[in-house]
Amino acid sequence: MTVDRRNFLKMLGAGAGVSALQGCAGPAPMVAASGGEIMPKSGRRVVVVGGGYGGTIAAKYLRMLDASIEVVLIERNRQFVSCPFSNLVVGGIRQMSDLTIGYDKLASNHGIKMLYGEVTAIDAAAKTVALAAGTLKYDRLILSPGIDFRFEELAGYDPATTPDVMPHAWKAGPQTELLRRQLLAMKDGGSVVITLPLAPYRCPPGPYERANMIALYLKQHKPKSKVIILDANPDITSKGGLFRKGWAKHYPGMITYRGASKVTAVNARNHSVLIEGVEEVKADVINVIPPQRAGNIAVKAGVVGPDMKWCPVNATTFESTLAKDIHVIGDSCIAGAMPKSGYSANSEAKIAATNIVALMNGRETIEISGINTCYSFISEKEAVSVAAVYKVANNAIVSVPNSGGVSPDLSELEAVYAESWLRNILTEMSS
Amino acid sequence: MKFRKDGWVVAAGLLAVTASPLAAPPTAAMLSNACAGCHGTQGVSAGPSMPGLAGQSKLSLVESMKGFKSGERPSTIMGRLAKGYSDAEFDAMGEFFSKQKPVPPVQALDKAKIAKGQAVHEKSCARCHVEDGKEPKDNSPIVASQWLKYLQIQMDDYASGKRKMFENKAEKMKPLSREDLDAVAHFYSSVK
Repeated sequence: MTVDRRNFLKMLGAGAGVSALQGCAGPAPMVAASGGEIMPKSGRRVVVVGGGYGGTIAAKYLRMLDASIEVVLIERNRQFVSCPFSNLVVGGIRQMSDLTIGYDKLASNHGIKMLYGEVTAIDAAAKTVALAAGTLKYDRLILSPGIDFRFEELAGYDPATTPDVMPHAWKAGPQTELLRRQLLAMKDGGSVVITLPLAPYRCPPGPYERANMIALYLKQHKPKSKVIILDANPDITSKGGLFRKGWAKHYPGMITYRGASKVTAVNARNHSVLIEGVEEVKADVINVIPPQRAGNIAVKAGVVGPDMKWCPVNATTFESTLAKDIHVIGDSCIAGAMPKSGYSANSEAKIAATNIVALMNGRETIEISGINTCYSFISEKEAVSVAAVYKVANNAIVSVPNSGGVSPDLSELEAVYAESWLRNILTEMSS
Repeated sequence: MKFRKDGWVVAAGLLAVTASPLAAPPTAAMLSNACAGCHGTQGVSAGPSMPGLAGQSKLSLVESMKGFKSGERPSTIMGRLAKGYSDAEFDAMGEFFSKQKPVPPVQALDKAKIAKGQAVHEKSCARCHVEDGKEPKDNSPIVASQWLKYLQIQMDDYASGKRKMFENKAEKMKPLSREDLDAVAHFYSSVK
């Protein structure tokens, strides 16, 4: 389906978005914020939008690298819930509190100014962001908004109501808890369907890890039940051999994997999904992970590329190739070989902060060196990982040849390391 | 760049991802900051199985990375990552982390094991792990104030034969029981 203007506005939730888009288009002025300028700017300022895996780290490292730059971190929520490890909450072996951090310590340790609110518009020419409370000026802007969904590609999907029936649980929080509750309420002998979109999407191995964690719960409590993965991709997109090995070892006969099975429509009333517009699959619990794009605010800022999905950026500075002084990091950006993962966002944030400080001080920028490490749980005690080191070659971010790769086998030690991975990365974000 | 009526911005010219042509090669900080997601900001680890790197001796850091890269030192993920760097980059990262200020982890330790471990240390380990493990000697790392869980994993690797030891170390370590090794790990973790 092509995105026309009407649909496009609908998917942004209309409202303030309308004015913002007209703002992008040139003639119409940017949406007038009710409160005028908030936090008048005196010195140099970077505004960071989004306090997740990317934004917290960008704000922190900016301040660590140059304390003379004022950093304002804008975030909708008072607390952040990690997507990594949220599948373990669905499976019942971790609590939401294990994945939840606040911003107070980060802000006070580093002199970051926290602003809780929703950015409704960005004016790249005037270099301002707008919130309900008023507008804010910046010298440079970092967008780290994560993902939003291309709901419009699923016929019958109503963004307002479908997630309450068929949770995506692809943004951790209430959706994670809803999916967990649906599993608890399901009868033994029931079926769970997980649908995932064509790559690229947030967290490539995530849907398969989710199948593991759901099967772990079912094996213990509802052993006659089944898990069916409907994958739009031709085959498992990440750690495929290891996931298959884990399914055979821990959940024989319980998980059915179907590749090249793109879900094109949902029917919340029937509790069913439609594969390629033809085959209807019913289930007791349906976890629809819709296709994704850069967070809505990136669309409003005009930094989404012609694919209408993701944001092209400079591979050294993560500055948008479409708007000056706006940098995009994390799941929203196109970072070459770096996957859409929490660790990638962490690494990209540090690279962007380093080079923004260099640019703001008239210094030479520095070539990137990045890392991704990503763990997936197979069972309660076993995990697997994928790791890579990234550099720039021929103006593109590539994985360093002959390095990185996946675990040789399922590993108890990797589950131990995964736990420390979470503690370290959440501590880095929150202190 | 042109703006469409529907609000989508479409670039008219080059859209290929570009890198700044004049960027300098990665600095020590650029290389090292990428490690901090797992090893903590500036190498101060908050995860019990990940060693703190802050204040560690440069020589031991570089030797560890070379060992991971060659496969001589066993690992889960570090071998795969180490293969992504040159010796010069190991040197830069080793230098960076050795200069950071260590912060001893807050962890629960067993007092009886600490006392027993101190005795084992003095008898078998003190010649290389000098100053109760607070100082490096040659390529021996600083082991004091390290995470207990990390040290226990290393002890397991030595005891199982997974991690090779040079002759002098093997001579001292082979006679020790698993309990002795665990006690030594407790002792070093306790040294501030």
